[in-house]
Amino acid sequence: MTGPRLGRAPAVLLVPAVVGVALLVVPLVTLVVATPWRTLPEHLGSQVVREALVITALSSLLTVVACVLLGTPLAWLLARVDFRGRRVVRALVLVPLVLPPVVAGVALVTALGRSGLIGQHLPFTLPYTTSGVVVAHTFVSLPFYVLAVEGALRTHGASYDVVAATLGADRWTAFRRVTLPLALPGVLAGSALAWARSLGEFGATITFAGNYPGTTQTMPSLIYVALNSDPTVARTLSLILLALSVGVLVLLRERWAVGR
Amino acid sequence: MRVEVDLRGRVCADVSAAAGEVLVVIGPNGAGKSTLLRAIAGLEPGRVRVGDDDWTDREVPRRRVGYVFQDQSLFPHLSALDNVAFGPRARGRSRREADAAARGWLERFGIPDLAGRKPRELSGGQAQRVAIARALATDPDVLLLDEPFTGLDVSAQMALRNELGEHLRDFAGVTLLVTHDAIDAATLADRVLVLDEGRVAQVGHPAEVAAEPRTPHVARLVGLNLVPGGDELIAFPPDAVTVSLTEPEGSSRLRWRGPVATLAPHGDAVRLLVHAAPDLLADLTPAAAAELGLVPGREVWLSAKATAVSRYGARG
Repeated sequence: MTGPRLGRAPAVLLVPAVVGVALLVVPLVTLVVATPWRTLPEHLGSQVVREALVITALSSLLTVVACVLLGTPLAWLLARVDFRGRRVVRALVLVPLVLPPVVAGVALVTALGRSGLIGQHLPFTLPYTTSGVVVAHTFVSLPFYVLAVEGALRTHGASYDVVAATLGADRWTAFRRVTLPLALPGVLAGSALAWARSLGEFGATITFAGNYPGTTQTMPSLIYVALNSDPTVARTLSLILLALSVGVLVLLRERWAVGR
Repeated sequence: MRVEVDLRGRVCADVSAAAGEVLVVIGPNGAGKSTLLRAIAGLEPGRVRVGDDDWTDREVPRRRVGYVFQDQSLFPHLSALDNVAFGPRARGRSRREADAAARGWLERFGIPDLAGRKPRELSGGQAQRVAIARALATDPDVLLLDEPFTGLDVSAQMALRNELGEHLRDFAGVTLLVTHDAIDAATLADRVLVLDEGRVAQVGHPAEVAAEPRTPHVARLVGLNLVPGGDELIAFPPDAVTVSLTEPEGSSRLRWRGPVATLAPHGDAVRLLVHAAPDLLADLTPAAAAELGLVPGREVWLSAKATAVSRYGARG
């Protein structure tokens, strides 16, 4: 630091800051230290863990796909089309960001449950199926995705869309060949955010889809169960999720650092 | 072909142009030059007729215009070739046809070797050539250029201006080129369209407009003094003005009085701007300026010889 010397950082600011860092870091360090590394491969090999890993990987991947397919058009609509009630729609889309996940689960059960308002008319059942896990995950992840992509669409503005239109491109052509390629960094960042959110999803999933090994038991659900029976397994699994999350963070930091 | 534009209260123009004709649009800032182009392209709402077609309700992609924007507007993620091929492809040509057409355009502009470059790897002049090629590649009815030389250095401007002139000779549609530079009007225009406060103040051949300007803006562009006198306008060059400290003798009505605003060297002479009614320019020799002791703020008399001024009707 070679800035002007304005004096020492006052204790009244320094102490709370240090406490904050400690609160964030110490539990994670403890987790790493307390993990029984020697038995790690053995735990990873057990069937219940393998199943949970597969379901988590599968559902988070499908969640990202669902977010891209639904969220990209939604973000485009919010960023580019001036329709009545746009502000209301945006506000509604962002509600799940602040909604307690358990409430999201209850809402999903009420709407899509076997005897739910819509669910009773569906030819298939969602609750307690892997598809139900994906629906719950998409519900909580989509706002993150939409927010990231809408932001990316807005940074480039509509000026290139205008140029494309003067060259004879209809809106679909302009979207495919100009808008989307320019917003690609946002699509990647949004996908990473949605994936990370899906990876850790617990409340909405367990409420809506339950916790059945082999069909709906994801890593977080398994960790929750394991903590009551075998805390070592819980720690081991948590460590895996921690590693994945940090991986996402590193990935995003690089993306965003480039954007700046 | 006739082009009619009516944006309620903002810009109103009705121009007839022969096929292949280049109209250079000039006028002060805020006169509505860019708005006129944007309206024709459909980027501003307004009534527009081109030839026999009513474009008013036609969506932007359906209007057959080529638009060269003021800022560099090349798609940053596409190569020069793909930028030029974009229009033909969007209008339904196959990829192969569009690429071939784009290659042809890059060759005509003398930049076939830049086909694979991204816009950020092009100089300002190269990028503007690609932008003009892109606009022409869609085979438009109307080519719209909004200050295409702005932001280029002087030599690049000169080269591009000459080149553009050649390409416009081959272009079958009508060209509207907005500029604030008199040299564009002199070198590129078949006719000059002078806009003032959203209205067409004057249309004519460049030499005609330069000799008999009808707006103060054009007079300033071509370096003439313009004095309104009832139904007629009086124009005269700054070197036809005599400067004195006392009221000139004789009965000429061509005399004005006011404080000197600025003095600046102009070629071999000294050019005065005098806040008379209206503002007038006067050229005099440095020796004369020193002899008269001219400084900003000094009250002077200006007069012009009746033989040195041209008088013409205020309405064409």
